[in-house]
Amino acid sequence: MTETVSIVPAATPKAHSNSIFSHARYVVAENPVTGLAFGLFALIALCALIGPYIVPHDPLASDTAAALQAPSWKHWFGTDQLGRDIFSRVIVATRLDFVIAITSVALVFVMGGIAGIAAGFFGGWTDRVVSRIADTIMAFPLFVLAMGIVAALGNTVTNIVIATAIINFPLYVRVARAEANVRRDAGFVQAARLSGNGDFRILLAHILPNIMPIMMVQISLTMGYAILNAAGLSFIGLGVKPPTPEWGIMVAEGAANIISGEWWIALFPGAALMIAVFTFNLLGDGLRDLVDPQRRT
Amino acid sequence: MKRREFLKSAGAAAATAAVSGPSVISSAKAQSRKETMLIVSESGPNNIDIHGVGTNVPGYEVSWNCYDRLISHEMKSVDGKPYYDRDKFKMELAEDMNVGDMSVTFKLKKKATFQDGTPVTAKDVKWSLDRAVSVGGFPTFQMGAGSLTKKEQFVVVDDNTFRVDFARKDRLTIPDLAVIVPCVMNSGLVQKNATEKDPWGLEYTKQNTAGSGAYKVTSWVPGTEVIMERNDAWVGGKLPETKKIIWRIVPSAGNRRALLERGDADISYDLPNKDFVELKSAGKLDIVSTPYSNGIQYIGMNVKIPPFDNPKVRQAVAYAIPYQKIMDAVLFGLAKPMYGAPAGSPTQVAWPQPHGYSIDIAKAKALLSDAGFPNGFETTISFDLGFAGVNEPICVLVQESLAQIGIKATINKIPGANWRTELNKKVLPLYTNVFSGWLDYPEYFFIWCYHGKNSIFNTMSYQSKTMDDLIDGAVTAAANGDKATYEKDVKGMVDTAYADMPRIPLYQPYVNVAMQKNVSGYQYWFHRRLDYRTLVKG
Amino acid sequence: MLATLGKRLITVIPTLIGVIIVTFLLTRALPGDPAAYFAGPAATKEAVEQVRVSLGLDKPLPIQFVRYVNDLVHGNLGNSLSTGRPVVTEIASRLPASAELTLLGLILSMVIAVPLGILAAVKQGSWIDHTCRVVATAGVSLPVFFTGLLLVYVFYYILGWWPAPIGRLDAFSSVPPNITGFYTIDTLLTGNVETFRASLSQLILPAFTLGIFSLAPIARMTRASMLAVLASEFVRTARASGLDNRTVIITYAFRNAMLPVVTTLGMVFSFLLGANVLVEKVFAWPGIGSYAVEALLQSDFAPVQGFVLTMAVMYVALNLLIDILYGVIDPRVRLEG
Repeated sequence: MTETVSIVPAATPKAHSNSIFSHARYVVAENPVTGLAFGLFALIALCALIGPYIVPHDPLASDTAAALQAPSWKHWFGTDQLGRDIFSRVIVATRLDFVIAITSVALVFVMGGIAGIAAGFFGGWTDRVVSRIADTIMAFPLFVLAMGIVAALGNTVTNIVIATAIINFPLYVRVARAEANVRRDAGFVQAARLSGNGDFRILLAHILPNIMPIMMVQISLTMGYAILNAAGLSFIGLGVKPPTPEWGIMVAEGAANIISGEWWIALFPGAALMIAVFTFNLLGDGLRDLVDPQRRT
Repeated sequence: MKRREFLKSAGAAAATAAVSGPSVISSAKAQSRKETMLIVSESGPNNIDIHGVGTNVPGYEVSWNCYDRLISHEMKSVDGKPYYDRDKFKMELAEDMNVGDMSVTFKLKKKATFQDGTPVTAKDVKWSLDRAVSVGGFPTFQMGAGSLTKKEQFVVVDDNTFRVDFARKDRLTIPDLAVIVPCVMNSGLVQKNATEKDPWGLEYTKQNTAGSGAYKVTSWVPGTEVIMERNDAWVGGKLPETKKIIWRIVPSAGNRRALLERGDADISYDLPNKDFVELKSAGKLDIVSTPYSNGIQYIGMNVKIPPFDNPKVRQAVAYAIPYQKIMDAVLFGLAKPMYGAPAGSPTQVAWPQPHGYSIDIAKAKALLSDAGFPNGFETTISFDLGFAGVNEPICVLVQESLAQIGIKATINKIPGANWRTELNKKVLPLYTNVFSGWLDYPEYFFIWCYHGKNSIFNTMSYQSKTMDDLIDGAVTAAANGDKATYEKDVKGMVDTAYADMPRIPLYQPYVNVAMQKNVSGYQYWFHRRLDYRTLVKG
Repeated sequence: MLATLGKRLITVIPTLIGVIIVTFLLTRALPGDPAAYFAGPAATKEAVEQVRVSLGLDKPLPIQFVRYVNDLVHGNLGNSLSTGRPVVTEIASRLPASAELTLLGLILSMVIAVPLGILAAVKQGSWIDHTCRVVATAGVSLPVFFTGLLLVYVFYYILGWWPAPIGRLDAFSSVPPNITGFYTIDTLLTGNVETFRASLSQLILPAFTLGIFSLAPIARMTRASMLAVLASEFVRTARASGLDNRTVIITYAFRNAMLPVVTTLGMVFSFLLGANVLVEKVFAWPGIGSYAVEALLQSDFAPVQGFVLTMAVMYVALNLLIDILYGVIDPRVRLEG
C-alpha cells in the first residue's frame, strides 16, 4: 500500500535545505490539514516529554472508593475500575506509545534502510537475498506474525518493538532499494566515483543524504502503523505489563464496560490512540508534499 | 463428514421450508424458539468426551448432559435456590444401590438404552469405568480420588447387575461415582470405532456422543457453537422440556451482556462480576449467585523460594493484602470473604472458612523487619491471563499495597496455555490462583493443596509433618466414622494452614448465572456447569 | 509468456520455503508446553511425557521439521490439538467466512472510496480534496477493534438496527447448503430469502468496520491514478475537442484510471484477510483469523502453521495473478524476475 518513489531530484541536498523553510511555509499555507497535523504532533510530543510531570493524579494510584466515576471536574476523563484517573493515564501513556513507535521505527529504519540501500546499490546477490527476505516477511499475515514473535519471545516492550520493526522491514527495504537503485548511475554518483571515491564512501556521503527525505516520509507513515500494531497486541493480551498505562490495553480493559454504560474507560484512550495515528499519517502526507511535491496523492 | 451431511440436510430442510412461504417459517421459528435454549459463553469445548486427552471445562458440560452415571445427587434448597445435596444420592442409570461393607452393588434400569437403541448392560458400565481408570490424565486421577484405581474393582455380576469392590474404606468412593467422570458409554459402538493405536476409541468420542444421556450432540463447530438435541428415550430422570440446546461461543463479554439484555440469549454464566451486579439491580433478568463449593481464590507463595521460606514474611504479606478493596473493586461484592475472622473466634469444622488476617500495614512492616527485610525485597507476582478479568486487577491492587511495605513486585502475565506448565514447575514465587474440589470435604481440599506428598495443586511446595499427620488422621477418622477425632484434626488442619500461611485465601468465588425471566429450573452443581435437563423456558 | 511465467513461479519458491521454515521455528519457540496443556490439570510427569511422545514432540527439531514437510507434501497440515480436527478441514470451512466478510468490506469501502478519490482528484486542492484526505486518513487511523466495539454499541445495543454480533447467522436460522461457502450467495442460489437477509445483516457491521479501515488506500490510489490520467494527452485532447466535463471524467479518465486501483484492491484484499483477526474476535466471526489467534494463544502449532501457509500462498498467488493480468491488459508492462 506504499508506492515506491522513484524520482531523482536534480538538486543536491544542500540546495534542498536552503529552500526547505520557505517551501514548508508554502506547503502549510496551501494545505491547512498539514498545518493541523504539525500542531497535533507538537502537542503529542509535549505530552510525551512532560506529561508525567503535569498530570493531576498519580496514574498508578488506585482509589477504589472513586471507581468507575464518569468524567467530572476532578477526573476529566473519569476513573476506571480501580479508581485510577483516566486523564492522567492517557497522558502518561503517550510517552510509552511514543517510545514504542519511535524505537521500532528507528530500528527498522536502520536495518531496512541499510539492507535496502545495499540491495539497490550493489544489485546482484545482495539484492536477491535482501529482496527474498523482504518478500518472505510480506507473505506473512503481518499482525499474526507480530503476535507470534511477541508470544514466542515473551511479553515485553522490547519484544513488541522488535516485532513491530520486523513487520515494517519490507516497506523500508522497498523504498530504500528503489531510491538507491535509481541513483546508482546518477550523474553525481558517477562524478564521485570518477574522482576516486570507494563504494562505501559514495553510499554514505552521496546516496544516503539524498534518500533521507523520502525515508523520513516513510518513518512518519509507519509511526502510525507501529502505534496501531502495539495497541492491537495489547488488546489481545500480548502487551505491556500492568499496571503500566498504555492506550491499547486501556481500550481492551474498557471494552467490556462500554455496554454497561461506562463508555469513558475505552473512549478516551481510544480517541488518543486515533488522534496519534491520525497525526502521524497526516504528517507523513505533509512531509511528502514538502519533500516531493510531484508525488502528492 | 458427519458435519457436512448435517449441513446438507439442514440446508435441504431450510430450502423446502422456503417454498412454503415466509409466514410459515416465522411461526415455525417462533415455535422452535420456545423449545430451544440459547446459551452464550466465552469459550466452548475442545473435546466432548471427559475421558479425552486435555478436555477443557466446557467439554465437561457436554459430557454431563449427554451421558448418564449410575447415580447422581438429589437437590436441596440453599437460600431458596436448588443446590446439589452432597449427602443424598439419587439413581440415574441404576434403579437400586446396595452399599455393603467392602463393595457396592447396582441394579441397572431395565428400560435403559443408548441413543442408538442398544440396551445398557453391566458390561457397558464395566467397560466405561475400566476406561476411566485406564486412559490416564485427569479422569484416572479423579477416579483415584475415590480410591477407584483398578479394573478388577469393577465386576459384572449379570447383565443387569454391577458391583464395585472397594480398594479400602474411603468415604469418597460413593461420591466419586456421582461426579462427571464415571459416565457410562456405549461400549459396542465405541469399540467398533476404536483402533489398535487407540483401543479406548478416544478419537471417536472426542467428536461423537455415545451415551444414554438426555441430550445428544447433533452439530459441533469448535470455537463457534454446539447444538444438542433431546434424547426422547431417556430414562435417567424426568424427560427434559427443552428440545434443543444451542450453545454459541461469544468471546466478548460486552457482547454477551448485550445479547442477554436485549433478550436474544436465554442464559449466560461467565460474565464479569460487575455486569452481574448491574444486571441484578436492573431487574430485567434473573441472576443466581452461589459460592463455589470447596473453592478459594488465593495468593500463593512458594515456601521453597526465599524469602517466602520464612513464615514471618508470609504473614507480613497476609497483613498487606487489600482484602476489602479487592472485594469492592474487583468482585463488586459478589464473593464470600475469606479474611477478617474476629480475633479469638473458634475455628469451625468446615472448609472454606475465613482466616483472622486483615490489612494492617504497621504490623506487616514489623513482621518484615523481624524477618530481616526492613527495606523489603523484589519479586514477581504472576497470574493466568485466561482469567485476566479478575486476576489482573487483584494483582495490581496487591502490587500497590505490597509496595507500601517495601516489597516491589513486578506483574507477570502468563498465557492460559502456559499457566499449568508454570505452576507445575513450582517456580513462581508469588501468584494468584483458584482451586476448587468437586468433592466437598475439607480433607479432600487439604490432601491436594497442603499435603507433603506435594501434588500439583500444592502450588506452594508446602511440606509439614504436623499438617500431614492431621490430614491423614482426618481421612482415617472419616472412613471409620470417628467423629471426634475427625473434628479435632480438621480444626488442626485449618489452624496450621493459617499459622504457616503458605497461601492466603482471599475469597470464595461465586458462580453467577444470568437468565431471562422466563427461564427456570437452574440448579447449582458441584461442577458449576449448567444442567440442561431441568431448564425450562416459558 | 509461459517462459516468463515459469521464471516468476521459480522466484516464488524461496519465499514459500522461507515462510515454512520461519513459521515452523516460531511456533516451536512458543512458550507453552502443549504436552502439559493436553495432559490435563492433574497429570503426573510421566503422563506429560506420554502425551509428548504421542504428539511426536520428544523428537529433535530437525526430525520434527522433516516430518512436518513430509506431511505438507502429502497435503496434510496436521491436526489441531485443541479441536482434534484436521487443519485442512478447519481452514477450508473457515476461509469462506473470512473471505465473504473481507470481500463485502472491500465492496463497501470501494463504494465510498472510489467516488471520494475521483472527487478529490477533480477538485484537486479544494476543501473537498482536503476533506477526502482527512476522512480517509481518519478511517485508517482507527484501531479496528475500537471501531468494531463502537459500532456494536451504537447500532446493536442502543439503536437495535443490526443484529447481535454472534457470528454468521443468528441462532435460529439454519445454515444454507454448502455450494460456494458464502452464505449470502448460497442462500440466494437456493432461493432462501429469509436466511439471505439474516446472513447479510450479520455481515453489515463487521464489514463496515473493515471497510472504514480500507478507505484510505483505495481513495488515495483512485485519486493518484485519476490525477495522472487527467493530466495525460488523451484527456486533454478529449477536453480540447469539446466533450463535456462529465463525459471526459466518467468515460475517458475513470476507465483508464481503474487499472491501478484494481491491482491495489488485490493487495488490500490479501492484507485485510490477514488483518481482520481483531474484527473477527470482536464479532465472534468464525473465520480463519480468530481461529489462528486462539491457536496461537494455546500454543497449538498446526493451525498457526496452516493459517500462515494458507495466507502466504494466497498472497503469492494473488500477486502473480495481478502481474499476469497487468501483462495481459497492458503489454508494455513486462514480468520481471
